[in-house]
Order: sequence, then C-alpha cells, then structure tokens
Amino acid sequence: MGAVLVAIALGGLVAGAACWWSGARLAKVLSAVASVGTFALALSLVPAVAAHGKVTVGGLFRVDPLALVFLLAASFVYAASTIFSLGYLGPVKGAGAVAEEEGASVHVAPGAAASRRYSSRFFAGLNLFGWAMAVAVMADNLALLWVAIEVTTIVSALLVAIDGTDEAAEASWKYVLLASLGLGIALFATILVYDAGSAVFGPVYSLSYTKLLTGAAHFPATVVRLSYVLAVLGFGTKMGLFPVHTWLPDAHSEAPTPVSAMLSGALLAVCFYAILRYFQIAERTLGPGFPRKVLLGFGVASLLLAAFSLLAQRDVKRMFAYSSVEHMGVLAIGASFAAPIALVGVLLHVLSHAAAKATAFFGAGSVLRKYATKDLARVKGAVGLLPLSGPMLVLAVLALSALPPFGIFRSELLIVAGGLSSGGDVAGAVLIVLVTVAFLGITWISVHAMLTPSPAPEPAHLPGALPRALPGTPPGTLPGAPPGALPHTPAGAPVRGETSRWIVLSMAVGLVALVILGVHVPGDLSQLLTRAAAELRVPR
Amino acid sequence: MPAAPTPFAGVADVAAVLVLLTELAMLRAPLLRSQVRLYALQSLVVTALAVVTASTHHLGDLYVLAAISFVLKVVLVPAIVLRLLGEIDADLAGSHSLGVASMVLLAIAVSVFGFFTLGSLPVRGSPLPAGALGIAGAVVLVAFVLVALRTDVVSQAVGFFSLENGISLASMVVAPKLPVIIEAAFLFDLLVAVVVFAVLMRVHHARAQTLSTSVIDRLKG
Repeated sequence: MGAVLVAIALGGLVAGAACWWSGARLAKVLSAVASVGTFALALSLVPAVAAHGKVTVGGLFRVDPLALVFLLAASFVYAASTIFSLGYLGPVKGAGAVAEEEGASVHVAPGAAASRRYSSRFFAGLNLFGWAMAVAVMADNLALLWVAIEVTTIVSALLVAIDGTDEAAEASWKYVLLASLGLGIALFATILVYDAGSAVFGPVYSLSYTKLLTGAAHFPATVVRLSYVLAVLGFGTKMGLFPVHTWLPDAHSEAPTPVSAMLSGALLAVCFYAILRYFQIAERTLGPGFPRKVLLGFGVASLLLAAFSLLAQRDVKRMFAYSSVEHMGVLAIGASFAAPIALVGVLLHVLSHAAAKATAFFGAGSVLRKYATKDLARVKGAVGLLPLSGPMLVLAVLALSALPPFGIFRSELLIVAGGLSSGGDVAGAVLIVLVTVAFLGITWISVHAMLTPSPAPEPAHLPGALPRALPGTPPGTLPGAPPGALPHTPAGAPVRGETSRWIVLSMAVGLVALVILGVHVPGDLSQLLTRAAAELRVPR
Repeated sequence: MPAAPTPFAGVADVAAVLVLLTELAMLRAPLLRSQVRLYALQSLVVTALAVVTASTHHLGDLYVLAAISFVLKVVLVPAIVLRLLGEIDADLAGSHSLGVASMVLLAIAVSVFGFFTLGSLPVRGSPLPAGALGIAGAVVLVAFVLVALRTDVVSQAVGFFSLENGISLASMVVAPKLPVIIEAAFLFDLLVAVVVFAVLMRVHHARAQTLSTSVIDRLKG
C-alpha cells in the first residue's frame, strides 16, 4: 500500500506542473484524472488502515486512521471542486473563462489565448493546492507538516487573487499576511516541540510524531504547554478560530467558487488536523485537562462569534464562510470532550462538513452564474429557475444546519451526547444553543431567498429602458450585461435552466456522500473512525 | 558567585540585542528603502551569529544554514523588495496607526513581556546564552507590532520577514542541531512566500496606485 501513498504524493504535483504548460482542455482532463484518482486512492486505503492501523513509506509518509480521515475529506473536496470547475470555467454560450466580479459573472479573459492562460493557471493552482493538503496529512513529520501547510497558503493566496478584482486583491493580501503570521507562530511551536523532544531523544532526532508520541510523556511540561498554545493560535489562524479568523470571510467570499470550497471544506480541516497532532503530544505530557480547556475556550468563542454573525449576512458566500467558523468551533468543542463517542462525532463531522460545505459553495456558484449577484436579497425564486442545483442548494443548507438525514446531524448528535456523558454539561448546552442560533440565521436567510417567487420585472428592466447589449454577448443576454453573462428573457429575468451539468454532478455527489454519512456509515469507515478517535485519547 | 560570561556568550548577547534594535529601528523607519536595508542588516547579524556559533561549538550544519540564510535573507529577499520599490517609484512609508513615540513605547512594552516570558523557559544544552531566547521572543512580538501598526504593504511584508529572523534566533538557542534539511525547507518556504508577497504588493499598487493599506477597506462584516 506504500505505492498508493507515493502515487497520492506525486499525482497532484505532476498534474499541477503539467497544467501550467498545457492548454485549457488538457488541463481539465489532467485535473479531473489527478483529483478523482487521488480520492479513489485515498478510499482504497480505508480497509487496510482500518484493519492494520497504518500504512507507511520510509520515514517520510505515514497514514494512520486519524490522517486517513482528513485525507478522505481533503481529497473528496479536491475531486468535487475539480468536477465543479469543469463547468465553472467552461464556455457559457460563448467563449472564455468565467470569473466573479462583485458577484457578477464576467469573462476575465475575453481573448481565447488569455482564456486558455487563465484556465491553465487556475487548474495548476487547484492541483497544487490539493496536493499540498494531501502531503500535509500524510507527512510523518511536524516540520514537513508545517512546510506543506505553508505551501497551501502560498498557492491558495494566489488562487484567491486570480480574478484580479479589487476585492480579490484585498482579500488575498489580508489572507497571506495573517496566515503567514499565524504560521510563523506555528513554526515557533514546532521549534519548541523539538526542544522538548531533545530532553528525551538528545540534540539530534527527526520530528516524526510517531517518535514524538513515544517519548511525549517525559517531555518538559512548561515547554510543551507553551508550544501547544502557540500551535493552536498559529494553526488556528488558518483554521478560522476566533480571534484570528478575520481573513476568512473575506478570502472565502472573494475567491473563485471552487477555491472557496477547497478553502472551507478541506483546508480548515487540514489545519485542525495539525492542531490535533500537537494535542496528542500535549495530552501525553500534560494530561487531558489543559489541552482540552484550550480547545474548549477557542471553540466556544468561535462558535459564539459565528452564530451571531450569521444572523447579519446577506452575501451568500460570506454566510457560508461564517458557517465554516461555526463548524470549526464545533470541532474544537467536540475535541475538548473526553468521551470516545464525541471524538468519533468530531471525525465524522470533519467528513460531513467537507461534503456539505463544498456542496453549499457549489450551489452558491450556480446561483452566482444565474443571477450575477451574491446578494441574497436580490436572489428570488432560485429553486424555480435552477431546477436541480436550486433544490440541492437548499438541501446543502439544511445539511449544514444539522438537520436529518445528513451527516452533520449525526456528528453533532454524537458530539453533544459525548459532551453530556463526560461531564461537559455546560459546554454541551452552550453548543446546542449557539448551533440553534446559527441554524436560524443560515436557514432563514438562504431558504427564504431560494423559495421566494421571483417578482415581476421592474419597469427599468424592460427592453428599451436599457443600453444595448455589448458586442459579442450571446443571444438573449440582458442588455448592458458584461460579456459572458447568462441569457435572460426579454423582460430582464434570468432564463430557467441549469448553467452546467458538471455543477449539478458535483453537487449531487456531495449530497449522496452526506446522506451516506448520515444514514449508514459503511463498516470499514465506521471502524476507521473508531480507531482514529482512539488515537486521540491518552493510552492507559 | 556566578561565573563570568565567556567571550562567545558576550558576542552572542550583543548580536541578539542588535537583532532587537534593528527590529525597533524598522518599526520607526520613515523610508521603505531604509526599512528593507535594516532587514538585510538584521539578517546579516543573524547569519553572523550562526557562523560564530558554528565555529566555536563545531556545529557543521550551522555553516550550511548560515550560507543559505545569507544568500536568501541578506541578498535575495532585500533585492526583490528593493527592485519592486524601484519599479513602482515609491519610497516614503505610509502613515501608521499610532504616533512614532507611542508606537516605540508599545514595542518596548511588548519586548519586555516577550523577554521575561520566553527568557524564563528552561533550555537544555544550548550553545547560546538563555537570554537570547527572551530577546528572540521580544523580536517576534515587535514584528507583530510592526505588521499591525504600519499601514503600508511593504512594511507589513518586512514585518513578516523579520518575524522569521526572530524565529531563526530562537531556533539557534533551543534547537541548534535541528536537521539542516528542515531549516533549509523553512528558508525555501520563506523565499516562495517573498515572491508571493511581491506579486501581491505589485497587484495592490497597480490597482490602488498606492502602497498604503488604508484603502483596503472594501470588505467588511
């Protein structure tokens, strides 16, 4: 099975490099093969890891149950985002690549050559982003983990800025600056762990956490305590924990939709994974009390902020970004509960949130292409106009709100049950109240927008009251709309119909995964989750 | 009676203090070019400290690290940023959120906090005096102040780069034998980050016609 790890470690890298030099069509094919292949390879590891505990390659890569859960989440979102991108960057009744500018769908590259260049760069970045996340979770070394996560920052910051709008440039700058500072703190934490380990292993050793975990019980407590707090703060900056979350709503809302899905559904989870590795070390050195309290504090603060911020959002992608802060808070609180059932819930939540958030962002992307706006107050009757992706977006929102039969309902139920059974009554109650507030915010705003019938067109939108359509726009395009905007009726209302079958497919895949995780988790995956949860508890 | 410090300990302490002083000077430097040159000087001090430590304690790996550090942080990174400044013909730093005096006082306060917080940590078998760890903590915190209070993209980027110098100093104190391959990976990562910062600085200037971050206020809520 070691060959599988090598294939995963090379797939995205090779595809990313090849996309940079290839044309748009070949870049799409390469990306689809690399991303779906990475997910299939990760899936193929489940029976072996669930049964035998780990797969290793030399001292470089090691996939144990905990790592595999996160690898599955990251590779699933990578594959789904690539499928979505096939439609998202495809021609819309005309030629050129589509990007979002203040919510409007516009051709960023009206020329065929520029369009090809945009596609090549986009897919190169997407593959490198997926590859770096896979390497981060497979690395059996805290330093390599840090380097891989820093690579995700570099690649994703460029992807956030790729559309070249003022908002995208602003979001990208905030993101790269804050995330890099956070990772600077995390680097300090890595060096402190090395210092702690030198008390047991001597001055020269590798930062393999297989090794670190064997000696962690004898590490100096003060150094580990400081290192753990710095790691939570540092990697927490990229995970979106309060108060270092401020870049997140901007970057997630201004990035191209597939990148938003990757940032939200996969990257946040990968950073949580990094925190869990430090958590394992701290738990062995300090006992469970201190590490769990730190996570509980950050988790409750993040959930509190996100729940009330969700009530005030009107921008659909910004709303999903705050929903990510909410779910990262839920993960941190869940990990602070000692009960094994809560830890199983946390890991199931990682998988469910990845599928739900990617699907929700894909739905938001579909709405954007149809309505040319991210403002939910201006989106009416989407369920009628988008006959497949509209209802699927509503279902994704309900899934994010933890309604049955989706995976998040099950995972949050397990987390709350675990909290209540392990003495975390107050934290459990706080979690229930804040998740309910978040549910009200996200569900009311988005479902109201999706289900409200489209109003009659305003007089100002009637033909003749508007400037003529720009040259080169397809037949039926709203007069005055930018090149690449979708067809509208003569009265100015969008035409009923899906914008791309790839978008529908990517959303359908996400919803199927959510139902499977909510109704019946397959046997091997269930065993994997149980073993991964056991890794997060101090062995007695 | 405590033993007198060795010449090496004295040199190391002076070098660590110089790193902190250059950080403070970067905080108040009015010209962006001066700030970048101060960063190059700070990197040179860190590199020199690595060479001195390597030679006095026979740590061969530190020579390699010092060489990589010199090429990247003393030569390449400042050259990239200075070239960018030359291309966009901008030199005066943007305004800062606080007055210079208040900013420096705040930096001194966080330096004291960092020094005593990290300086009290137990450090085993380090070739450098333990006080250098406290100074490294102070450098990191002043770098944060620099990023938070200077409102132009070059100063903020330089703040991030100098933060890495503080961490390099801390690394020399607590983990001088950290495998060189890992240190090299960290530094290579810094170089890539510098390139990305440079790209985004150029994009920002092209769109806003200024290096000031005061115009970065579209995204709220």
